[in-house]
Amino acid sequence: MSDDPRRDAPDAPVPGEVPADAAAPAAEPAEGTAEATAKGTAESTAEEPAPARPRRRQSLVAASLIAVLTVLLGFAIAVQVRSTGTGGALDVAREEELVSILDDLDNREERLRAQIADQRGELRDLTDTDSRSAAALEAARSRADVLAVLNGTVAAEGPGLVMTISDPESRVRVADLLDAIQELRGAGAETMQIDGVRVGVSTAVTGGPGDLRIDGRPVSAPYEVVVIGSPADLRTAMSIPGGVVDAIGRQNGSVGIEQRDRVVVDALRPLDEPQYAQPDTD
Amino acid sequence: MIPVLGLAVGIALGLLLDPTVPLWLQPYLPIAVVAALDAVFGGARARLDGVFDAKVFVISFVSNVVVAALIVFLGDQLGVGAQLSTAVVVVLGIRIFGNAAAIRRHLFRA
Repeated sequence: MSDDPRRDAPDAPVPGEVPADAAAPAAEPAEGTAEATAKGTAESTAEEPAPARPRRRQSLVAASLIAVLTVLLGFAIAVQVRSTGTGGALDVAREEELVSILDDLDNREERLRAQIADQRGELRDLTDTDSRSAAALEAARSRADVLAVLNGTVAAEGPGLVMTISDPESRVRVADLLDAIQELRGAGAETMQIDGVRVGVSTAVTGGPGDLRIDGRPVSAPYEVVVIGSPADLRTAMSIPGGVVDAIGRQNGSVGIEQRDRVVVDALRPLDEPQYAQPDTD
Repeated sequence: MIPVLGLAVGIALGLLLDPTVPLWLQPYLPIAVVAALDAVFGGARARLDGVFDAKVFVISFVSNVVVAALIVFLGDQLGVGAQLSTAVVVVLGIRIFGNAAAIRRHLFRA
């Protein structure tokens, strides 16, 4: 190589140093052995016979020390290479880079925090409206249930009466049946059916004795009236003097009243769609 | 022979055990490794020169590592740790180059 001569110059101090290291041993071991062989006479002659064992031991110790050190060095190299390989780029980044990275991260964190706050607020709003609308829905639903029972669009059950009006001479008139219905309503009947026809708000009783119609559907004696309401109240209302029982009795009919803890009104009537009336939204 | 075997065993151990470097050691380990490498190259060169001495090698190895770590530690305390560790690496690198050149001359006669 052409650069060798020039290389020699920088090399020069190093050899000077290493031999300096290496020159010392020439003296030092001599000292060591001199101590070991202090009983001996001259340094030069003492080195010949005795040194065999101490030097052997010494070299053993040195070899093991060297082995330990080199194992340590290899271990450290491997560990360092590993940790450098896995440590990511931050280990070797300069301070300024780290500062700018930190700034970026701070800004990002701030943005994300703001975003979190926004989303939290939105979530709260949504939950509020959700619970509000859920409550409104619940209210509307129970209202619809009530209205459906009153209108006769769903089957209903509860305590009440089963009342059987017999009419052996076909003399029960429209007015008698209407009286019975009104009387029951007055006593707190919530919904009822007569011979399988549901009675609603617009129910009409028509026809003549022996040929009664409810909402245009013929019913025949004995008329079975199923009513939901307070059984005792209803019964009392039927039995008052001059009331329904008396009126039917005057037509030579009879009324059988049966109080029950649970009756089922399962006849349905179609919902009357109002043709002209609109809900007043004000 | 022993150093080569020791290095191989150490590297194998390090790869197998794969320990994590404790945080307080992290700034010093690379410098210590470079310093120890310098000592190893110096030892190899001395061996080729026929003036190798185990005691000198052991002492120079340990003192190299300790001094390099001390310098870096001092630099850290003074706030110039990065610069001082660069300086240590440069100096040790020059020495390693010099020793490597001497070894090369011994081995290849060129």
